[in-house]
Amino acid sequence: MKRRYLMFAVLGCALVGAASLATAQDTTEKALEKYRQMLRDDPWSNPALLDADRGEVLWKTAAGPNKATLEKCDLGKGPGVVDGAFAELPRYFADANRVMDVETRLMWCMEKLQGIPRAELINRPFPGGGQPVKNLGAIATYISSKSNGKTFAARMERPQEKEVLALGKELFHRRQGPFDFSCASCHADAGKRIRLQGLPFLGQPAEAKKVIGEWPAYRVSSTHVMTMQHRLFDCFWQMRMPQMEMGSDASVALIAYLVKNAEGGKIDAPGLKR
Amino acid sequence: MRKIFISIAAVLIAGTAVSTAQQKPAVDRAKADAAVKSAFPSAPADWQPRLVQDETMKQCSAHDNLPPKAVGEAIQKRERATIEYPADGQFMGDWKRGERIAQSGYGLRFTDYPPRNPNGGNCYACHQLTKAELSFGTVGPSLLNYGGIRKFGAAETKAVYEKIYNAHASYPCSLMPRLGSNKVLTIEQIKDVVALVMSPDSPVNK
Ligand code: HEC
Ligand code: HEC
Repeated sequence: MKRRYLMFAVLGCALVGAASLATAQDTTEKALEKYRQMLRDDPWSNPALLDADRGEVLWKTAAGPNKATLEKCDLGKGPGVVDGAFAELPRYFADANRVMDVETRLMWCMEKLQGIPRAELINRPFPGGGQPVKNLGAIATYISSKSNGKTFAARMERPQEKEVLALGKELFHRRQGPFDFSCASCHADAGKRIRLQGLPFLGQPAEAKKVIGEWPAYRVSSTHVMTMQHRLFDCFWQMRMPQMEMGSDASVALIAYLVKNAEGGKIDAPGLKR
Repeated sequence: MRKIFISIAAVLIAGTAVSTAQQKPAVDRAKADAAVKSAFPSAPADWQPRLVQDETMKQCSAHDNLPPKAVGEAIQKRERATIEYPADGQFMGDWKRGERIAQSGYGLRFTDYPPRNPNGGNCYACHQLTKAELSFGTVGPSLLNYGGIRKFGAAETKAVYEKIYNAHASYPCSLMPRLGSNKVLTIEQIKDVVALVMSPDSPVNK
């Protein structure tokens, strides 16, 4: 990474156009800053909170062939405990014998408690632009909002968790597909951008801490809540990879890696994104 | 630029021992391959190659894109051998078509089938090119006035063709996609983009 940076710096100095470059980026940043200010003035103005409310209702409403609610779902702190649970995910669940992030765990609960077939849950799980987040995503938004203000504290010290973390790191750096991209191609350097979109340095705690705790987030450009699984699905799309399956081992491993990098970072969910 | 490249290369060579030491204690590669395979169960048969890494991808991933000297040289040699040259020996096409290709990020995403447009090269995602286009990324260096700085030289023009065709041939583990070798762009399209970068008429050099 160093050499690219150096080369860029050298070229940058020779550039006459450097001033206009900064202006264009500033405009985008300013627009986003306006949204953020709006949120600081009125934390309740984030449209994602409507989905968190919807999620809370869904959590408590009997559904599926078993006509059961999710209130007995164990998110890691015991059946039905929602407060603070998100801050300790992903984690290993003995009942499923798997490490799970919030969405994967919700899939498991919806399948086991409500009897909703897995095939149904993974079929088109993410909304198109302008469509509201699906039910599972709304529930995930509710769960995450109940850890708001806490810090990420997933310890991931169990052997199963360590294994998943190592896999996540490996996958983050794995180059693949016709564009030769890895996650690190776009997220392993500070201050880079694709077109005008800033690219957070997700392999590094400082930036991961800032952004990971904001997911799920209301995405201004697509006017809906996007969950972390959906975010990864979208980045894989940019990588020219096929459709990532929600809850796949690879998705959980990548989320575990990102959350580990964000350890100690504050949860500010649901957040607001470009 | 060439000087800079050489001095950076020198630094790199000096740093070889470090980058070998930094090589990740890789997870069992078979495990990563299996995880990727099962993450994309709906991938059709002709997409299966996207789930596996070729030798260059494996080496670049294993070394965090900073390969030790010998590995870097092996990559360069292997990738250079994949470059196909225009039959007519001309490296430059039409810069106006090149600008459209540079702007376009279309192609090869699962929403791009069946194709409605030719593939794009997505150059602006990573590079500054013309002065007029302010929406550009910074993953790669600025290419503003790239041809002018190089006096529109024939050798440099050929080098740009090769860079676009396969960036690893000159810079092992470059973050730039291998647009020719990976069949993202055709030879004709690459010539058009070379013209955008190297032609005296192109707004990149105005
Ligand atoms: C081709 C470049 C590219 C690649 C490769 C890529 N991403 Fe992204 N990623 C982006 C862009 C651009 C954004 C910001 C999107 C936006 O602003 O709308 C983003 C955003 C994100 C975010 C949210 C960051 C935030 O600001 O909160 C996460 C998390 C993320 N990516 C993870 C990944 C992972 C994991 C991978 C590998 C599977 C990956 N990305 C691969 C371009 C990429
Ligand atoms: C994903 C980002 C990315 C994309 C897309 C991309 N490049 Fe690059 N490009 C890079 C990086 C990084 C480098 C520096 C490393 C190298 O030289 O390979 C680079 C280097 C170059 C260079 C050599 C610069 C020098 O220092 O002499 C040229 C010329 C170039 N790119 C042209 C293009 C053109 C034209 C396109 C579109 C067809 C394109 N690139 C698409 C990332 C990208």
